[in-house]
Amino acid sequence: MTETVNPAEVPQFPGARAARCPFDPPPALHALQEQGPLAKVKVWDGSTPWLVTRYEEQRALLADPRVSADVTRPGYPRSAPVVSRNGSAISFILMDDPEHARLRRMVQAPFTVRRIETLRPAVQKIVDGLIDDMLAGPSPVDLVEAFALPVPSLVICELLGVPYADHEFFQDNSKILIRRAADPEERAAAFARLVGYLDDLVGQKLDHPGEDLLSRLAERIRTGELTRPEAARMGVLLLVAGHETTANMIALGTLALLEHPDQLDLLRRTDDPKLIAGAVEELLRYLNITHSGRRRVALEDIEIGGQVIRAGDGLILANDIANRDPAAFPDPDRLDLRRDARRHVAFGFGVHQCLGQPLARMELQVAYGTLYRRVPTLRLATELERIPFKHDGQVYGVYELPVAW
Amino acid sequence: MKIVIDQDRCIASGQCVSAVGEVFDQRDEDGVVVLLDPTPPADLAVAVRQAAAVCPARAIHVEE
Ligand code: HEM
Ligand code: SF4
Repeated sequence: MTETVNPAEVPQFPGARAARCPFDPPPALHALQEQGPLAKVKVWDGSTPWLVTRYEEQRALLADPRVSADVTRPGYPRSAPVVSRNGSAISFILMDDPEHARLRRMVQAPFTVRRIETLRPAVQKIVDGLIDDMLAGPSPVDLVEAFALPVPSLVICELLGVPYADHEFFQDNSKILIRRAADPEERAAAFARLVGYLDDLVGQKLDHPGEDLLSRLAERIRTGELTRPEAARMGVLLLVAGHETTANMIALGTLALLEHPDQLDLLRRTDDPKLIAGAVEELLRYLNITHSGRRRVALEDIEIGGQVIRAGDGLILANDIANRDPAAFPDPDRLDLRRDARRHVAFGFGVHQCLGQPLARMELQVAYGTLYRRVPTLRLATELERIPFKHDGQVYGVYELPVAW
Repeated sequence: MKIVIDQDRCIASGQCVSAVGEVFDQRDEDGVVVLLDPTPPADLAVAVRQAAAVCPARAIHVEE
């Protein structure tokens, strides 16, 4: 059953999206999914990892302990070149259990569903304040700068204990860190700046602890459960993952809704928390902003979907196309805010499933649930063709979104 | 219906609490799942099965 692959015949990944369908995965992914649950693809460095395209196989593999997220293992399919193998291991997202679980458990407490729910009034206030400012200012405005980026940035700063006054510094460096096309040296330097910054903050919390998450990590350093470099890297992971993702969902979600006026209308006319929560799940499924795929490497031979994955083979689990698998979601390419989309894999699956999902859900419910109701005349202030999409990003979205009302 | 949870596997995703807050909760200190009601009433059966299906750590088992 040995697999011989002629690299010349293997499709390139990632492929381009169709010019007129900025919300849909690249057409090549649809074609691959139709052919079978997994196939070899060729990536930027010439290697040929497996691309897993179907929902069932993807969930099975992401929950399989024979599959590793350890970026330092040979065969791990990186999404972009790096300067050194261990240079940018951004904490537990790129580690396996038991190390992954040890670190993740230290930061789980503030993200429970009920704890996050207590922050809802504060987030509502932030959202209302930003909309007040927007409406008092000139129209058109860039929704990314005015709304989408500040909402999650303000919230994660408060949660971690990072001064929001530094937002330009950490937002600029985060952008470089998650751009696939960024120069490897440049990306390593941005990562080093963020680690240095978080290390300073952790140092301050050691001297003057507060109620925030970084202070809890400082406490663990004091008890010897955590090293200071571990704490700084965890801080970087939480800060970057905590604002870039949600910001892209707010802006791209708004654009998708503006392009689907009947769906936007549903949100404009409702304050039903159930409908809004369902809309958030469907937008997460439909847009799947983490479009680079989950990256893994097989630790043992695994038989699945009529193929044998060999120990050491790289795996890319393309969650964007899995969320469009017709076997899991009928009529998958239709944005339908009323469908039950909760089974989506936009937050991944298995032990690495998004830590911040209760926070992201609540932020998106407040943002989508308020913006269109308070600004019912919100419209795009340019043509769709002129919107700069983040084709080169680890996380998909729009660089800017000019809107008027 | 009888529910069994595996706290060692749980990764505190909160999916079960979002699905059926009447049956599942999370520990304050580390977010790990807590079972509020191991034998929930029949009207919650569908939601409980959904919780088990979306649990990313396969930490929820439902016996009929
Ligand atoms: C809509 C917004 C978000 C999306 C779509 C998203 C998506 C994801 C995905 C797909 C993963 C899995 C990575 C993998 O399996 O390789 C992940 C992990 C993670 N996310 Fe999110 N995320 C979002 C918001 C957040 C927020 C607000 C935080 C807050 C801190 C956060 C923190 C994390 C962390 C720490 C991990 C690593 C978990 C682990 O490895 O155990 N995310 N996220
Ligand atoms: S859904 Fe599973 S992993 Fe998530 S909190 Fe519940 S038991 Fe834990």
